[in-house]
Amino acid sequence: MSAATVSFPNTAAPWQLPSRGKVAMASLIFAEAAIFTIFVVAYLFYIGKSLTGPTPREVLEVPIFFTVCLLSSSLTIHIASKCLQRGKQGGFMALWLLTIVLGGLFLYGTGMEWHRLIYEHGLTISTNLFGTTYYSLVGLHAFHVTVGLVMLLTVAVFGIAGRVGVSQSGRVEVLSMYWHFVDAVWVVVFTVVYILGR
Amino acid sequence: MSSNVITIPGVQIEARPWVDELHQWLTTVDHKRLGILYILSALLFLVIGGVEAIIIRIQLIHSHNNFVSPQVFNRMFTMHGTTMIFFVAMPFLFGFANYLVPLMIGARDMAFPRLNALSFWLSFLGALLLYFSFLGGGGLYGAGNAPDAGWWAYAPLGARAFSPGHSFDYWTLALLVSGFGSMGTAINIIATVLCLRCPGMTLSRMPLFAWLNLVMAGMVLLVISPLTAAQIMLLVDRYLGGHFFDTQAGGSAVLWMHFFWIFGHPEVYVLVIPAFAFASEIIPVFSRKPIFGYPVMVAATVSIGFVSMSVWAHHMFTVGMNSYANSFFAITTMAVGVPTGIKIFNWIGTMWGGRIQFKTAMLFCIAFLFQFLLAGLTGIMQAAVPFDWQLSLSYFVVAHFHYVIVGGILFAMFGAFYYWYPKMTGRMLSERLGKWHFWLFLIGFHMTFTVMHIPGLLGMPRRIYTYEPGRGWDTLNLIVSIGAFIQAIAILVFVANLIISYFKGAPAGNDPWDAWTLEWSVSSPPPAYNFATVPTVASRRPLWDQKHPEDPDSRYE
Repeated sequence: MSAATVSFPNTAAPWQLPSRGKVAMASLIFAEAAIFTIFVVAYLFYIGKSLTGPTPREVLEVPIFFTVCLLSSSLTIHIASKCLQRGKQGGFMALWLLTIVLGGLFLYGTGMEWHRLIYEHGLTISTNLFGTTYYSLVGLHAFHVTVGLVMLLTVAVFGIAGRVGVSQSGRVEVLSMYWHFVDAVWVVVFTVVYILGR
Repeated sequence: MSSNVITIPGVQIEARPWVDELHQWLTTVDHKRLGILYILSALLFLVIGGVEAIIIRIQLIHSHNNFVSPQVFNRMFTMHGTTMIFFVAMPFLFGFANYLVPLMIGARDMAFPRLNALSFWLSFLGALLLYFSFLGGGGLYGAGNAPDAGWWAYAPLGARAFSPGHSFDYWTLALLVSGFGSMGTAINIIATVLCLRCPGMTLSRMPLFAWLNLVMAGMVLLVISPLTAAQIMLLVDRYLGGHFFDTQAGGSAVLWMHFFWIFGHPEVYVLVIPAFAFASEIIPVFSRKPIFGYPVMVAATVSIGFVSMSVWAHHMFTVGMNSYANSFFAITTMAVGVPTGIKIFNWIGTMWGGRIQFKTAMLFCIAFLFQFLLAGLTGIMQAAVPFDWQLSLSYFVVAHFHYVIVGGILFAMFGAFYYWYPKMTGRMLSERLGKWHFWLFLIGFHMTFTVMHIPGLLGMPRRIYTYEPGRGWDTLNLIVSIGAFIQAIAILVFVANLIISYFKGAPAGNDPWDAWTLEWSVSSPPPAYNFATVPTVASRRPLWDQKHPEDPDSRYE
């Protein structure tokens, strides 16, 4: 008898399986979404439960400009990866760098907001429940933006070296999935912190 | 069966020096070696966690015992629980999943071999961190030397004021780090199962083992995450002065309970679904029948996955939730028994009318069936809220969940050892020692955990380091402790069997059990590349098709 590698007739149909990169990134996003859910639940649960000030209404300002920056970076990264798929290197690099700038602007905005809260209003993570939940939730998101930026920059460095071509478009697309997720999380965080929480 | 190993004529492979061999093991990214590393580390911590259990049982062997101090007792039950869940059960199951899933679906390796190695070393680092607390837990405060707040670490016990020193930080970091490892492995399993199946291996032809591990991995993503989030919050509280669980600043201790049990209860299913996976492979082979009701088994597993996400607060009936929450969680908890019952019927349906071979692996699986059923029944008893109010935090609960974890999961895991050890090592485990192991462990198990229900019903609370004489608990506790020793002896027999059979066991050959899944088509142990040529399958039992070309399964699909 031969080994188990006997092929059977009638099984010659083309064998298509999903890309492991996309499946893995989707799984990671699933897990990350669960982590963010817990932080969001904690934030919602503790709205208005702080025993001392400052309260969100007193100190938070809605960061509309930086939100627009981050959300539009989702569009730019999407078009960038489409450009790469079609082999338009120049368009890809330009939009990719624009994405990094927009993401960087957003982080700068978060930094400025924290600076203002800490130095003008004296709100730190240990001040009250609002401070604890606010810095944890927004900080967790900012951490994810930072990680995303590091990965985007890595691709940019390879791109400037001329190493990112059509054959890398699958990987670039996996990275853009992550970036879209980070943006989507911001929609939730923005709603919870700046609309419901105030 | 001809061997599947590629041999190059005229080339002699020299034995490597042991340092090289060790280096190979430490730097490996091979799913089979990582699987074995997972299993070995789990065995190590099984013995350590077992020693802690024995210390607990010696302390409780009679009333007013002074074997250990109350402080040490608290550390022992905390370390025992944490070790057994995170550093024994999880690594065992991940180890088997790692080793078997690629082989069963005809793949070369896991989807991300280096992530796989990272995941293993992260979870091992977690275990080392936890045990380093014995040395470094005192910290600058000089207080405490191992975590002692129980494995669920209810707030505010985890706060700085109540857990000074660093012991609790090690606990938190251990769970955080090993949690990242678990997530990596879960992502890897999902990507492997979905993306690396060999041609012909459609989802409906996958071995149930692969299906169930896919569901388990999906649950891990959803279950470990809340724990990770809660540990981050605890770290914020402990290191940055946050107030998440600080009731004096308006924080909520109950929120921690919710976050912990959103992890904690589905975790039981994360552990038991791979145990179902073992049973679903072993029972058909030793009943000489294909699994009964394959699609229903898959559907039941997926629905267990869903329903088990909505039952967590049945751990909190005594906390004082409102009646709507109590009713909701009582109903969902009872509902999860339905798909579980379906699975038990399917296993019985598989055995029904089969030519059952009572090998050790099968004995463990049959015991698993009965004991898991009983464990489920006491679970449903406690889903009734008033009953739970009476018995929550008593030894009845301890008996119940040890019935699940030892009587269910550990028995199935032993079955898996006897079934797949020949594949992993190329040697059969001794059936004679195996029978000794089985019967000793069965007797010990029932002496300990069946009897343990009774002191629970008589009102003995869990986590007490000693008790007054004359409450009717003494004799029962003596029996429970003796049972624990018998189990320990059985484990020693098992370890001896593992070691002796590794050197002296009968050679296994490719397919010692006349089984039907792809891992048995390659040599034992399989070569590094698994399959010399990519297999193609046409049914759920490719090896049956191959052995019976006159009547292949594929004809009936």
